[in-house]
Amino acid sequence: MSDPRIPAAFMTPGTSSFSDFVALQSPELLPGHRSGTPLAGNAGDLAPHGTTIVAATFAEGVVIAGDRRATQGNLIAERDMRKVFPADEYSAVGIAGSAGLAIELVKLFQTELEHYEKIEGTTLSVEGKANRLAALIRSNLGMAMQGLVVVPLFVGLDPDDPIGRIFAYDPTGGRYEQTGFAGVGSGSLFAKGALKKLYRPDLDEAGIVTALVQALYDAADDDSATGGPDLTRRIFPVVHVITAEGGRTLPEAEVTAVAERVVAGRMERPDGPIAAIEGN
Amino acid sequence: MSMGFGYVSPEQLMKDRADFARKGISRGRALVAVQYADGVLFVSENPSAALHKVSEIYDRIAFAAVGRYNEFENLRIAGVRLADMRGYAYDRRDVTGRGLANAYAQTLGTIFSSGGEKPYEVELFVAEIGDRPESDQLYRLTYDGQVVDEHGFAAIGGAADVVAGYLKEHFAEGASLEDAVRLAVAALGHSQTEANGGTDRVIPIDDLEVAVLDRTRTQPRKFLRIRPARLEQILGDRTAATVASASTSSAEGLPPTEGQSPETTSPDGGDDEPPIAPPLD
Repeated sequence: MSDPRIPAAFMTPGTSSFSDFVALQSPELLPGHRSGTPLAGNAGDLAPHGTTIVAATFAEGVVIAGDRRATQGNLIAERDMRKVFPADEYSAVGIAGSAGLAIELVKLFQTELEHYEKIEGTTLSVEGKANRLAALIRSNLGMAMQGLVVVPLFVGLDPDDPIGRIFAYDPTGGRYEQTGFAGVGSGSLFAKGALKKLYRPDLDEAGIVTALVQALYDAADDDSATGGPDLTRRIFPVVHVITAEGGRTLPEAEVTAVAERVVAGRMERPDGPIAAIEGN
Repeated sequence: MSMGFGYVSPEQLMKDRADFARKGISRGRALVAVQYADGVLFVSENPSAALHKVSEIYDRIAFAAVGRYNEFENLRIAGVRLADMRGYAYDRRDVTGRGLANAYAQTLGTIFSSGGEKPYEVELFVAEIGDRPESDQLYRLTYDGQVVDEHGFAAIGGAADVVAGYLKEHFAEGASLEDAVRLAVAALGHSQTEANGGTDRVIPIDDLEVAVLDRTRTQPRKFLRIRPARLEQILGDRTAATVASASTSSAEGLPPTEGQSPETTSPDGGDDEPPIAPPLD
């Protein structure tokens, strides 16, 4: 019998998880619910791809940065795509893989964290948030096996214990905590190689941001699916910083200044800053 | 609904249900909503630190309730789920206070009219702020699903009429947060009946639950709880600041109860528990 009132499922306490509630109530809204029949071939070519996301910790917290390009085969699908998003006040996520699906997953994750906070009255711990993200990725495994894979990089800190933390994932939802620096995406191998030589844990925030922009430049240098700084259109990486004071996305002017200095250095030496052969 | 004996007219049935709900609501403590320059303020007397009467629903929407705790807590959870579902399926800007008030009204009305279930002993506020004071909305929902569009100020629960009367006398539009808080706290303290000599109570800061929807916040989520430390700054020295209103008649009026527990002065027979079940009479 149709009842004008709010359905009973909304009124019963129980889960504080938004994604679990949606799965019960309206599963068609979830990103994993793409079609009734599994697709025969590889759906990966249907959606834009490609990325480099890098993150690094420093004394006050953690920084995450991502490039701006999305590719579809040999074509550039998006020049100015944002792939790094704040998940809440003290955490952020960068995504690699199928662009549209990844953005939906980020939106679901943001809603999940906010929902928990409103229902329970407290925020989740960093580990709790990382776990929830792992569960979302795991629920996407069916799509991943058809080529629509999403792999995030999650950073956050606990305001009561402000040590920056980085978590990497695999498509099955496995969660791996990283120390120092980390990267994900098609260009991450090159970016991590650069960070091996550039990263020091005692860098300040400005130093970390510069190191990450250098790493993204090196990734774009060797991976066609990663975009370098676009000087003509003024499109530069998205950089998000999290400290005990909270999270902030660096304003474009600030990132532009860093990118321009990096590019100026490359004009002198295209392969970037030299590291010492031996010693530290 | 089966009755033990004889016939009960529908009018009598509904009146009994309405009386039952009203009685339950008036047993608890009052809650006040005041519109001020930067948004909407909620203040209630709530000794419990864990159980809240005022809560965030969405970016610009808040919920406040009096009555039976488990009932309004269910409504609160439903509201958060409805809001997050809509914001996720459509967009954050598509979540409105009016839509939520409608859903609550339908639910409460159906429960009340169904006759088969106990009516909810709750009264609610749903507030939404806009970019300017003119676009702020404050809805009051009653136990039987009526929606009232309130302006400026409103009070629910406990001795709501007495509190609302005080607010009506002293309310000023476009007040600052500090003035609005002082007004609301004084109004709640004014919920004394003649039995205690008409002297206003001074409610201790730890027994206050205060929250705002503040449009000047830079974050998209505008809801904010005001903590005791900030309340101390706003309310300042309480002993000097007791409002000198109606202490007319008796010389035996109780002195201001700064720091004393409200037990000795509560007007309604000792209901000083956190908002769970009101005591059975």
